[in-house]
Amino acid sequence: MKPIDPQLVQEKLTELAGTSLYIHLETTNGAYASHKNQSFFSAGAFIRNVQLNFLQGKITGKGPYRIGLETELGWLYAEGLTEWETDEMNRVLLAGHDADGKLAIALELSEKPFPK
Amino acid sequence: MENHVLVIFPHPDDEAFGVAGTILSHTRAGTPVTYVCLTLGEMGRNMGRPIIANRETLPEIRKLELTEACRLLGVEDLRRFGMRDKTVEFADQEALQSRLFDVIEEVNPSLVITFYPGYAVHPDHDATGAAVVQAVKRLPEGERPKIHAIAFAQGCEDVLGEPDIVHDVSDFADQKMKVIEAHASQTSGVIDTMKKQFLEEDETVRDRMIVERFWTFPL
Repeated sequence: MKPIDPQLVQEKLTELAGTSLYIHLETTNGAYASHKNQSFFSAGAFIRNVQLNFLQGKITGKGPYRIGLETELGWLYAEGLTEWETDEMNRVLLAGHDADGKLAIALELSEKPFPK
Repeated sequence: MENHVLVIFPHPDDEAFGVAGTILSHTRAGTPVTYVCLTLGEMGRNMGRPIIANRETLPEIRKLELTEACRLLGVEDLRRFGMRDKTVEFADQEALQSRLFDVIEEVNPSLVITFYPGYAVHPDHDATGAAVVQAVKRLPEGERPKIHAIAFAQGCEDVLGEPDIVHDVSDFADQKMKVIEAHASQTSGVIDTMKKQFLEEDETVRDRMIVERFWTFPL
């Protein structure tokens, strides 16, 4: 993955608007967060292969970046994004890594389903 | 000496830290070891340092790391169950128990090594241990292999008491370090510090490398 260039990501989002996509969206602080620090409140979520068709999408911020995708009935929101790539299967993979390089958030968009 | 050892964990690298020395003690003695690994750790946060993986490439990378770790451990029978990281506790438990039971019947182990349900921190660890216990209990009493379980939740010794199985694996410490290192996507951020501290005889790291502790699960 490479550091996000917001202009390139914006171009990609604009290109994908109106397309039927499969989404992987995830936030995590790791399964050991509360084990290592008992006062830490661990929360996270992931959803994989939900179908989404967004009307318009935008990337904002100065890095780490935020992305908002507006759909007909609602929204998708992600923050803390730092790296991205378009892989050989033409999937748009975005992620946010902390100072130790650990993944904290992932947002991925694909025209084909991701492997289960 | 055991006839056959069956190791059951949910994530590649679960076999590295607390149990690699014990596995090596069996394989070096000529005891066959079967390793059932339920997932590929698809949802791991560590992506290598520097970052070498993304969410979609991580499973394939970890699959190769697992294969190499097994080679280093002398484990010739690796079974990947193809489940997804973080979902073990939500999967069909009857089906999982049946798959585990089938392996237990097939390899007929004298010892099963897994996590201690309820005291193994990660929900996948607890769910794996619980499914293994249920699978073993499908066998009639008297025909069940013993279970050596790993517990490391805060305060687990207050409830479980001291571990009754304590292995000195100092003879295998160097090879164990290689097994840990083989899981590079997960350990490259800490391996250099670990090696340095081990050589400097840092007590915590030395203890982690040369002593492996288990509780015999009451069946």
